[in-house]
Amino acid sequence: MSQETIIIRTENLKKVYGAGEAQVVALDDITLTIRQGEFVAIMGPSGSGKSTLLNILACLDRPTEGRYFLDGIEVSHYSRRDLALIRGRKIGMVFQSYNLLPRLTALENVLLPVFYRRDQRLSADEARKRALAVLESVGLGDRVHHYPNQLSGGQQQRVAIARALINDPALILADEPTGNLDSHASQEILTLLQRLHQQERTIVLVTHDPDVAARTERILLIRDGHLISDQSNGRGHPLTTTHPSDQLTEPTTEAHHDH
Amino acid sequence: MIIEILKEAWRSLRANKLRSLLTTLGVIIGVAAVIVMMAISAGTEAAISESIYSLGSNLIFISSTFSRVGPGERPQNTGGLVYDDVAAIREKIKGVAGVTVDQQASVTVRRGDVTLDGVTLLGTTADYPVVRGLSIASGRYFTNTEVERAQKVAVLGKTIAEKLFGDEDPIGQAITVNKTQLTVIGVLAEKGLVAGTDFDQIIYTPIKVVFQKFTPSQFARFMGDRVRQITVAVEPNANIDQVVEQITLLLVNRHNVSADSPDFNIRTQADIIKARESTTATFRNLLIWVASVSLLVGGIGIMNIMLVSVTERTREIGLRQAVGATPEDIQIQFLTEALVLSLLGGIIGIGVGIAGSYLFGMLSGMRTVIVPYAIGISFTSAALVGILFGYLPARRAANLDPIVALRYE
Repeated sequence: MSQETIIIRTENLKKVYGAGEAQVVALDDITLTIRQGEFVAIMGPSGSGKSTLLNILACLDRPTEGRYFLDGIEVSHYSRRDLALIRGRKIGMVFQSYNLLPRLTALENVLLPVFYRRDQRLSADEARKRALAVLESVGLGDRVHHYPNQLSGGQQQRVAIARALINDPALILADEPTGNLDSHASQEILTLLQRLHQQERTIVLVTHDPDVAARTERILLIRDGHLISDQSNGRGHPLTTTHPSDQLTEPTTEAHHDH
Repeated sequence: MIIEILKEAWRSLRANKLRSLLTTLGVIIGVAAVIVMMAISAGTEAAISESIYSLGSNLIFISSTFSRVGPGERPQNTGGLVYDDVAAIREKIKGVAGVTVDQQASVTVRRGDVTLDGVTLLGTTADYPVVRGLSIASGRYFTNTEVERAQKVAVLGKTIAEKLFGDEDPIGQAITVNKTQLTVIGVLAEKGLVAGTDFDQIIYTPIKVVFQKFTPSQFARFMGDRVRQITVAVEPNANIDQVVEQITLLLVNRHNVSADSPDFNIRTQADIIKARESTTATFRNLLIWVASVSLLVGGIGIMNIMLVSVTERTREIGLRQAVGATPEDIQIQFLTEALVLSLLGGIIGIGVGIAGSYLFGMLSGMRTVIVPYAIGISFTSAALVGILFGYLPARRAANLDPIVALRYE
């Protein structure tokens, strides 16, 4: 594909829940590579194992078998503590339900990952400056002292994205980031993610919405725990599994500028 | 980092102000109880030792121990201290500043138009002012010769002198006590109320006068020349233990009894204070147990509310873990919260305890003394309660699986 740094490399990932008779194989033999700057969607019906894959990629869970290299580090056998540290350092997560802490202002929510960072800690002043800059970049420069309940859904999700960016992660993982939003707010968020993609951010999002997936440049399709298709999107490779959304020409054009 | 954690804990406690306050109530009560209890018992101890030392300093109390008799039996008319022991101690023991024995009677006093009922007439020996620390305002106290001869003289307490004579000089004047005329030879300086006795309201007279004129005859017949208690004042630079030893030896010989089962009991002020203190110590220990139970209950309250808090904030915990919080980070956060809660209770409790001690002292008239180490102890126990009872909830929070926690509704 390119000479870009490999951010995600999995080899024969397998995840099994339960034991004996009740054993359920949630993921089987997932091998994939995602490089720096890619914008990838993971799709699949519910129960397909895409959430399990996301949890493993997010270092929230460990594979039963196989290996996972994140930004060159093998994390498959990391302890809970080390996984937490690597999450803080390498991953920015965006959730469907935003998961902002209601008692904290937008600024304080964005600063939360800084609080748990162990290495290269920023001073309180630097962190604050950086958080303000990130909030500005997601278009919330005038909402920094608002509490989540004073913000719209789209604004809350933008705060969440700012929070994902604050530690300058190698990978942004978004789990149905537009699932709770109306179409207008969804467009805003997707446009924001595409802009981040243009800034060479590596973004993986999980969705079951083909329109959302169409805004990415690569779609991984999971079914019954297997990776059944891995296709480029909007780069001249027509897709059979998704419906390209022609009306979203502008962002698609932006995607073409990549690489 | 620590400041951040404390701020975070403070913020989450403030989010549930009423609940936090109610939770700390147990700790507040426990800590306040410890401080008030300690203040009361320290105050009582101080009052006891003060009242005992206010009798005079370096005192030895010797009292008769009569052999016990069953109901209906006549008391044995043998044993115990006798009047002559006073002179013996005075003459034979070194380091003694004064020896006194007293016998009191309730009398009616008349002088001119003034009649006072129920006045205390105290028969003493000449050393009484030395032993009790009384000083003479005018005239003089009676001598031992006057005591032995049962001279009908009187020394007046300041208040009595004012009541009977007003502005007149009482020296040389006569007063009528019951049917006996006594000549006033001195007036004492003001002493005031000491250990429940108002020394200014007393008429002092030679003890032999009381024996002869003011003791009910039955009692006199029973007592003979026996006395109930002799008080010895020891010279300031004398070794009080040695004096006690010498007096014991002297009395054992005089009474012809064995040293193992003497017919008297000899105690110093320090002995009495120790005995009283052991009583208050028992009382205090009991109260401290009660206070500890209250602290324990407070701790359980904190644990309970922290467990609720962990459950309520499961998603928050999941999110914190997702953005890089390690299990220790989560544990420290909740432990800090429990600690802040209990220390808050401790601080409020100390305030309530100090205020309560003053208030209790004012309302009950009992003396209370704030003991600094009680504040230290209760603050430390509050902190320990926080850590101890915060541990389980914090542990539970730290062990939450981030995936499950993030999905928790």
